[in-house]
Amino acid sequence: MTLPPMHETVVLLVGLVGVLTTASIVAGILSWRAPKPLPSTLVNLNQRINAWWVMVVAITVAFFFGHTGMTILFALISFAALREFVTLTHSRRSDHWVLLGMFGIIIPYQYWLVWTAWYGLFTIFIPVYCFLLMPAITALNGDTERFLERVSAQQWAVMISVYCVSHVPALLTLNVPGFEGRNLLLIAFLIITVQGSDVFQYIFGKLFGRHLLSPSVSPSKTWEGLIGGLVASSLLGALLSFLTPFSPLAAAGVAFIACLMGFLGGLVASAIKRDQGVKDWGHLIEGHGGMMDRADSLVFAAPVFFHIVRYFWTV
Amino acid sequence: MTKLHLRANTFTLLQTVTSVGLSALAWVVTGVRPIWNGSQPSERQRIYFANHASHGDFILLSACLSEKVRARTHAVAAAEYWGKSRLRRFIAEDMLSSVLIHRHWTDETQHPISIMLSVLDQGHSLILFPEGTRNTTDAELLPFRSGLYNLSMARPDVELIPCWIENMSRVLPKGQFLPVPLLCRVVFGPPVAIAPGEERRAFLERARQTLLSLDPRPDRDD
Repeated sequence: MTLPPMHETVVLLVGLVGVLTTASIVAGILSWRAPKPLPSTLVNLNQRINAWWVMVVAITVAFFFGHTGMTILFALISFAALREFVTLTHSRRSDHWVLLGMFGIIIPYQYWLVWTAWYGLFTIFIPVYCFLLMPAITALNGDTERFLERVSAQQWAVMISVYCVSHVPALLTLNVPGFEGRNLLLIAFLIITVQGSDVFQYIFGKLFGRHLLSPSVSPSKTWEGLIGGLVASSLLGALLSFLTPFSPLAAAGVAFIACLMGFLGGLVASAIKRDQGVKDWGHLIEGHGGMMDRADSLVFAAPVFFHIVRYFWTV
Repeated sequence: MTKLHLRANTFTLLQTVTSVGLSALAWVVTGVRPIWNGSQPSERQRIYFANHASHGDFILLSACLSEKVRARTHAVAAAEYWGKSRLRRFIAEDMLSSVLIHRHWTDETQHPISIMLSVLDQGHSLILFPEGTRNTTDAELLPFRSGLYNLSMARPDVELIPCWIENMSRVLPKGQFLPVPLLCRVVFGPPVAIAPGEERRAFLERARQTLLSLDPRPDRDD
């Protein structure tokens, strides 16, 4: 019972707008009845909902511009994420040209590789060529002060903000038999299940959270939240299987793995923030929109999701 | 040699286009946002004084002011550098509407204080870098030159607002041409005024400490 793509897109959009509208109304009523000034939980909730509205609008607009629109959107997301990441890490004046290259060469080239569907170079450009050439340029500059720390931070910045993020639009280049022309829906499936999982983990954690998962990394992540979130998002994945080439059972399994990776991404992001907090430069991102705060789970989920689909569903 | 460039009371078209364009560019590259921490945006006459490490400093600071305030606020720049060629002078005066002063003047009409006072007397505000030059040392802030004190003694009604510019030295270090996109903030602190009977050196050091205290991450190790 394959529905035509236009039908699926409309169902999807109406569903998303419905969920978000409900969320906005509920949050609005809660904020209206709450004492002023608003408690931080409510402020946080309102910010999250607004961020989702922006996300849905941005992705919908990109959706209608197809492959090119999606590729440009995620290149811009990489730009914002990389800017945040580099701002947080230590760099010296001698790193200027390497940093410029990360923004001016690596981002455009990696997304050009996505756009032209050059899979062979897309997967190795950053982990092989940039990995070797960036420290070489830094060494040629002759500044050895905290060399390994600077070089590692640069590698991490491009791997996380560019390489991992670029796997989302790269889903458009996969050739799944019987699924031609509908790859945009794979992106929708990935983003909705992973973002949904974040919400479910938050809700289950608030309702039933007793046992902290990793108290030294995050005071808010609990076993109950994780298990409840993963179960709920796997069910959501099965419900959304009509968007994908997967059977409902396979969709649940793929969603489970993607959301587990997403959880690990959030954990690693917390560890990084903790680490920077110790060094006392943690306030930098506050108020700046925090692209990494919204994208940390997607960053970890996207490459694994991409390779699962590529391995099991493409020819 | 130094001519006063405030021909009209408002920006020329070129200056408006430049200022809007540069502010937009500053936002795209640095996502700059102002933090008003002890003072508020206002149209009253002010001297904004800031730390200085990059040519981008004044662009970043202006980008935090409203269009209306920006049109009546002028950065003070060194004539030795910006007056060197016709192109530089054109950029500094006709595009950025800066006020050029000579660090080493010979002629009384070139006296920096009298040039800056004449701008203040037209009701305009100034952006001043009291370190006198771009700081490329490891020190966070160099000692202040006397200009800030002399201006405030002469025009005590003008508010002195300290502005800490964060990260710009990493975005556009001295000697570089292309900016690296990094997030920046400008922290505007509480006004500083000369206390009755306060001596020059004491005031300059106090103003310097007030500016330093605005750095939101003083333990930064880079």
